[in-house]
Amino acid sequence: MKDKDRIELSDMSRRDGTPLAHVENQDLMPLPAPLDDPAGERAWTPLTDQAKNRYECLLDDTCAVSVPKPATKAEEDELVRKFLSGLDKLFTKENNWTFLQPLVLSMEHCAKCQTCSDACHIFEASGRNELYRPTYRSEIMRRLYFKCVKHGGMISAWQHGDIDVNWPMVARLIELAYRCNLCRRCAQTCPIGADNGLVAHELRKVFSQEMGIAPKEIHDTGSMLQLKVGSSTGMSAEVVKDNIQFIDEETSERTGITVETPWDVEGADVLLIHNAGEILAWPENPGAFALILNAAGISWTLSSELAGYDSINYGLWYDDAQFARVAIKHAEAAKKLKVGRIVLGECGHAHKALSVIADRVLTGDLNIPRESSMTLLRDIVMSGRLKLDPTRNDFPVTLHDPCNMVRLMGVVEPQREVVRAICPKFREMTPHGVDNYCCGGGSGFAIMSGHNFSDWRFHVAGRKKLEQILNAFGDCLDPAIPKYLCAPCSNCKGQFRDMLAYYDLWEKNTILYGGLAELIVNAMTDVTPGFIEWEWH
Amino acid sequence: MTTLLYAMLCLSAVVGLVATVARAIGYARAPLHLRWELYPVPHEAADRAAHGGSYFEQSNWWNRPAHFNLRGELTAMAAEMLFLKALREFNLRLWWRSFPFHFGLYLLIATAVVVLAAAVATVFTPLVMAGALGGMIHLLYRLTGIAGLALTLVGAAGLLHRRLTDKDLKTYTTPGDLFNLGLFMVALGLLAAGYALRPVGAPSVLGIVVGLVTWNTAIQVPWLLTAGLLLSAWLAAYIPFTHMSHFVGKYFTYHAVRWDDRVNRRGGSIERTLAEYLTFRPTWAAPHVTADGVRTWADVVTTNPTKGPKR
Ligand code: SF4
Ligand code: SF4
Repeated sequence: MKDKDRIELSDMSRRDGTPLAHVENQDLMPLPAPLDDPAGERAWTPLTDQAKNRYECLLDDTCAVSVPKPATKAEEDELVRKFLSGLDKLFTKENNWTFLQPLVLSMEHCAKCQTCSDACHIFEASGRNELYRPTYRSEIMRRLYFKCVKHGGMISAWQHGDIDVNWPMVARLIELAYRCNLCRRCAQTCPIGADNGLVAHELRKVFSQEMGIAPKEIHDTGSMLQLKVGSSTGMSAEVVKDNIQFIDEETSERTGITVETPWDVEGADVLLIHNAGEILAWPENPGAFALILNAAGISWTLSSELAGYDSINYGLWYDDAQFARVAIKHAEAAKKLKVGRIVLGECGHAHKALSVIADRVLTGDLNIPRESSMTLLRDIVMSGRLKLDPTRNDFPVTLHDPCNMVRLMGVVEPQREVVRAICPKFREMTPHGVDNYCCGGGSGFAIMSGHNFSDWRFHVAGRKKLEQILNAFGDCLDPAIPKYLCAPCSNCKGQFRDMLAYYDLWEKNTILYGGLAELIVNAMTDVTPGFIEWEWH
Repeated sequence: MTTLLYAMLCLSAVVGLVATVARAIGYARAPLHLRWELYPVPHEAADRAAHGGSYFEQSNWWNRPAHFNLRGELTAMAAEMLFLKALREFNLRLWWRSFPFHFGLYLLIATAVVVLAAAVATVFTPLVMAGALGGMIHLLYRLTGIAGLALTLVGAAGLLHRRLTDKDLKTYTTPGDLFNLGLFMVALGLLAAGYALRPVGAPSVLGIVVGLVTWNTAIQVPWLLTAGLLLSAWLAAYIPFTHMSHFVGKYFTYHAVRWDDRVNRRGGSIERTLAEYLTFRPTWAAPHVTADGVRTWADVVTTNPTKGPKR
């Protein structure tokens, strides 16, 4: 990018009604074979004129939040006033005891050394576009903090920098809060411990909790729908039971082993909570879980309580109130059934939400032990309770590390122990474990596809992971060799499903994706061979 | 002039110390936040810390005794504080500039402490300072002082050069950032020049500090050295008011955020703290939050906004 095109912090307040950044395919980080020809890469769908006329699309080539354009100057001023009022509240303990300390630390301590930039997959994949630098967003927020919250005068502006506060700036900031996967890989490298992911998270909270602004996929049809009917998929308890019954029948037929899922068993040891998206999109995963847990003799159950059958908790990404409400619903379902523990199915954000973040929300008899399905599956596999034949998984397998489960919760090895034990052609991605890269679908992106947001999600947010996947399978890209990308997380799978299809990598290179439980069932000798069906879904 | 110098040295030490402690107290008194740890956490059991794992890797973890690997934590802290390990790992180019700067500052702080101790010893136990041990102490603070000044100056020059020439930093650099680095160079440069160019017969560094301890205003400190000392004193008082006080912030970002994996146990102290926070009354204005400044967090989070607020 030429210097005259360089995006400055002051550009955020530009009133010319044009986006700050435009990314061409040739600007992007190059990909390895078979996607190594930028000219052959898919073109982006431009934003429609209708979208540009109706919504604030002032940031870049896409639009994630779809904030309607204010009709009058008075409306603009009111929105700015609300934003500033929310910003003030963010720094009070009554409103934000939940994250006040880490936020203030990140506001007051950044050496502007840019060490974090190289860790961010979005910044790197965009061809180092300034707009996507982790500190670009944080620096705007920092300047707002010193100017509008601390009310620093001229000396403060001289020391910390200044920023013009107007509606275009706020409108751009709303969008910019949704150009970060909240993966916190940048925070891991910061020598001071400042956290750009947290800054994006807290900005999202101001927009949601004060201004009522959030992408509809994570609020209206996400957390609100879950609190209304029990699941963001829209499935009520009756529907989910029907679907599970169908899955049981399917799994029994496919495996030759009768599978029955227990519902609402009081006093069961384990309450298993799946991401309900699995039930609709990847039914073989809940089917595999049911088969494994029954075969291992685990006392377990599903719950038909409100939200008790859907582990998602989108509030984690944008709203503390919604987050706590859903976490409490999950705990209440477990309390009602008097289970020994909650086990979270293959969903990364649900893992972190209920095990880590909600640990300081759930008190008294709602504080019920929560465990990862990775450890439960590892214990079952290693116990020898299942008869497993690794040669049934004799195809190249690589493992994706969901950020929420790995870097942000420390569940790193259990899933590896399983794949090492049952997948003879397992190969790691580089880097992996706590140093992994986000799939590009983190923080809600996997379910967001308004306007042309998917183009940005695959070209930019998911690009680094795509590079890792192609490199991991670099020695076996031949379509005659089926390959398995194991992603023990529903949101990551959603991103992989869409991204692999976008780049035609199933059709051209036979790269399939799926969960961990499926690999275990595929290796079970009691099961009819071929549980993993090499078909695109 | 000597009286002014002594007064400024004492005042800046007090201001610097009080401001640092006040900042630390401010952070420490912030409410307990929701967990937000980031792995690896070095106080995990050594076999798990090696790959960044947590106690969540064990089934039935809540029934197992809590494990705190103090050695792991201290080793990580020492590597970070002394050698800026994270910077070395993730930004080696910057480390070559930042490490001498920070290590030089540590040496200067150590020098100040040793000289002050030597001055007190000179006043109260002159024989000790006149002996072999005293000789070693003289040598020690000279070495740390000279090395500290040299390293800090080289580092500051390197950092300033990078800030002025690296276009990645340009957008984020404020006049204050340049001023701060410039101030380091001028203050420590004057100090170095004042020390190196002090005329024959001028009081030694130890002599000046002994003068300070005994408040002997008859000592004549050369003007260049006085300027260096005054500016350095002001710098020490000024740092805690800027983001350069990240030595304070870093303690909390690591211990209270990245590495804080303490479990909330039923009936424990965390639970008691949370009970208090649930009585706070938020004022968030979005309708779905259902906050109005009267309802508590407990009311808010047990309200289902889709079922009509329980008001
Ligand atoms: S967040 Fe950390 S790594 Fe990034 S610029 Fe600030 S101090 Fe440097
Ligand atoms: S949290 Fe992840 S996506 Fe967001 S700025 Fe940091 S590295 Fe980039």
